[in-house]
Amino acid sequence: MARLEVSELNFYFGFTQILNEISFELNKNEIVSIVGPSGGGKTTLLKLCGGLLDVTEGTIANSFKSSAFAFQDARLLPWKTTIENIMLPIVSKYGYKEAYSMACDMALKFGLEEKDFEKYPKDLSGGMRQRVNFARALVTKPELLFLDEPFSALDIGLKRELQDFVLQNSISEGMAVLFITHDIMEAIRLSDRILLLKSDPGEVIKTYEIAQPKSLRDDEFVFEQTRKFLNDKDILEIFEIKAR
Amino acid sequence: MRMLLKIIKDFPWFLWSGWGSIASILLFLALWDVGNHIYGDLVLPAPKAVFSEIYRLFSTPEFLVDLELTVERGLLGFAVSLAIGTILGLVGGRFITASVMSRPIVTILVGIPPIAWIVLAMIWFGFGDMTVMFTVVVASFPIVFVGALQGSRTIEGELSDMMDSFHLSFWQKTRDLYFPHLFSYLFPSWVSALGMSWKIVIMAELLSSNDGIGASLAVARSQLETSTALALVSVMIGVLLFVEYIVLEPIKKEVESWRD
Ligand SMILES: Nc1ncnc2c1ncn2[C@@H]1O[C@H](COP(=O)(O)OP(=O)(O)O)[C@@H](O)[C@H]1O
Ligand SMILES: [Mg+2]
Repeated sequence: MARLEVSELNFYFGFTQILNEISFELNKNEIVSIVGPSGGGKTTLLKLCGGLLDVTEGTIANSFKSSAFAFQDARLLPWKTTIENIMLPIVSKYGYKEAYSMACDMALKFGLEEKDFEKYPKDLSGGMRQRVNFARALVTKPELLFLDEPFSALDIGLKRELQDFVLQNSISEGMAVLFITHDIMEAIRLSDRILLLKSDPGEVIKTYEIAQPKSLRDDEFVFEQTRKFLNDKDILEIFEIKAR
Repeated sequence: MRMLLKIIKDFPWFLWSGWGSIASILLFLALWDVGNHIYGDLVLPAPKAVFSEIYRLFSTPEFLVDLELTVERGLLGFAVSLAIGTILGLVGGRFITASVMSRPIVTILVGIPPIAWIVLAMIWFGFGDMTVMFTVVVASFPIVFVGALQGSRTIEGELSDMMDSFHLSFWQKTRDLYFPHLFSYLFPSWVSALGMSWKIVIMAELLSSNDGIGASLAVARSQLETSTALALVSVMIGVLLFVEYIVLEPIKKEVESWRD
């Protein structure tokens, strides 16, 4: 079965150690979250997994056939319209016409309206840009999706909407998701497993499994779990939350 | 192709939107005519006299030969500085040392007044073509160079990462990321270099050549033919306005429609 397997990964920028002995695995159908404070090396870890940085120590074995990224900042090409941005990753594979209609379908699915299709990113709101960002990632039908804090800057409604979309895709298509966040509630709502990453250097100090099926996690459950998490002394420590 | 069609389609609207400028030109002509009444024909000939002089110029073969020669020199000098400036700038931007080292040189090049270059070029190359073209090249090269340098220095790592994350080919990355980005820096610099070339070519001809529009202007001055001089100046401005507003502006509007 397709999986991503990271073992004993170390990483340095110059002489600064960023990641230390990271090991975890991610299987088809699973959502794994990496939670930690900013500057802890989460983005670096994601880039290594996605092949944007070269692994120097340790191994990353990835047997998923395709992967896609959604970044925190939408990273749209400013000189391309909504639809052209969405079709960017598939246009050379399917040809212009086919890719165009696939991109339109995906845009509609993500709540973009036809009047926005020919707009440039400068004329889109932050929320719409993030919709485009997700549509662009999912139009490739990836087996593995990398999310780098993509919900951080969104309002609650849109956040929910996009999270549900990822969740549905993961359940119906078996898409695996490696999800980076510093929001514990978000992680609890979406993941099968949560890795707690401390910083300086980045190190997994705890792994939580959440057994409750994702479709059965209501707000009640999420709040309850979050409360428990916030009483965990490891979490208090790495986020430097002062106990009152 | 789609872009070309759009430019052609938008063209009538573009002309229509020019009424404001036409009104201001007419006002200018009126003031000019008033000036003629006050100062007389020798100092400031009437607009009508100048226009009939322009008409006369365009029906004399010598003038057409001169005009063609000047345009040729200007374009050739522009093409050379465009090619050298673009290539050196793009390459220089890829290397930090090169960009740092080129800064003072560019500052000096920009800072030297073109007239100084003309004097030096006359010493080095004597009277004629070479002097004119050399001056055009040194004056417009830094503009293109700086544009290209900035373009290649500011290619965003984040967008590049994004393209890489989708495993796109180098060819697609060039077409969809590098080229549009660089072009957005290069195009404005080419436009200003073209304007610069045109002004410099005339100045250089005036001082260091026996032919071309600039030289005709020098002759008109020495013979106190004010209306011929003004007619020549009008032609120079006309060429500049034509290229800038009729040729370049619609292209610019289209290729930069994605900008704020
Ligand atoms: N290209 C780079 N060169 C040097 N240091 C970097 C680079 N990218 C990130 N870092 C450093 O690595 C650390 C981890 O960064 P990052 O992975 O972005 O953390 P996070 O995503 O958890 O906020 C930070 O201290 C950051 O300054
Ligand atoms: Mg980050």
